Amino acid sequence: MSNEKHHIVPFKVYILVLIALLALTFASIGIVSIELGKYTVAAALIFATIKSFLVLTYFMHLKYDKPYIKAMVGFVFAIFFVVIIITFLDYLYRA
Amino acid sequence: MENTLHQEHEHYDAEASKIGMWLFIFTELLLFGGLFIVYSVYRFLNPEAFHLAAEELNTTIGAINTVILLVSSMTIAMSTSTLQMRKKGATLFLLGVTVVLGLVFLVNKYFEWGAKFEHGIWPGSEHLKTAFSQGEILFFGLYYVMTGLHALHIIIGLIIIFFAIHRVNRGTVNENRAALLENAGLYWHLVDLIWIFLFPLFYLIH
Repeated sequence: MSNEKHHIVPFKVYILVLIALLALTFASIGIVSIELGKYTVAAALIFATIKSFLVLTYFMHLKYDKPYIKAMVGFVFAIFFVVIIITFLDYLYRA
Repeated sequence: MENTLHQEHEHYDAEASKIGMWLFIFTELLLFGGLFIVYSVYRFLNPEAFHLAAEELNTTIGAINTVILLVSSMTIAMSTSTLQMRKKGATLFLLGVTVVLGLVFLVNKYFEWGAKFEHGIWPGSEHLKTAFSQGEILFFGLYYVMTGLHALHIIIGLIIIFFAIHRVNRGTVNENRAALLENAGLYWHLVDLIWIFLFPLFYLIH
C-alpha cells in the first residue's frame, strides 16, 4: 500500500530553501544591472534554473519521492530543453 | 459470501493521486512552455524592441511579487509538514497565510496592469498601435497573455487551497489522507515555478 506515512520535512529545510531562493532573486536583479551585454539573459536564466531546481527538489518533494517520479519529471524537462535547442538551431542558421 | 459482508471502501491511493497531479503539471508545462518558446523566438528577432518595451515595466513591483510568491510557496510546503505532525491549527494558519499572500499578489498585479492601462498600453489600444513598433507590440501582447494566464492560475490555485482548508477543517484531509493538500501544494509550486521564469524574462531586461 502506498498510504504509509512519508518523510516529514522539517521547517528548517524550508526556511533555508526560502533564504536561498530570495538570495538568488536579489542576485539575479543585481547581475542584470551590471553590463554583461548579451550574457545578461543567460545569467538571469541560469539563476532562474537554479531556483526552479530548488523548488522542484524541496518544495515539490522530489528529493523524497521514488526514483521513477524523479525520472518522469527529469525526462519531461529534458524534452522541453531539447525542443528549445532545436528551435534555435533553426533560427540561428536560417539563411 | 464473504464479499457481501465487506463494507464499501472508498478507494484512496496517495501515490496514484500524486502521479495524476504530475501528469497534469506536464500538460501545464506544455501550455506555458509553448508560450516561452514563442517569447524567445520573438525576442531573438526583435532584441532592441523588447529591450525598449521592458523599460515600461516596474522591476520593483515584479520583485515584490516574486518575494510574495516564494514566501507563499514556503508556507504551503510547511502546511504539508504540520498536517503530518497532526497540528491542525498550524496547518490552517499556514494555509490562511498562503491565501493572503496570493491575494496580495493579485492586488499588486491589478495596480501594475492599471498603471499600464493609464498609459494607454493594452492589447489593441490606439496608443499602442500608433506610438510603438511591431516588436514592442509583440512584447506587450506576450506580457499580457503570459502574466494574465499566470494570474488566472493564481486564482485557480487559491480556489483549490480554499477546498483544502475546508477539508482540513472538517478532518477529511488528515495525516492519513493528505493527497488533496499535497496536490494543492504541487499546483501552487508550479505557479511559483512559472513566475520564476516570467520575472527575469519580462522585468529584468536591461
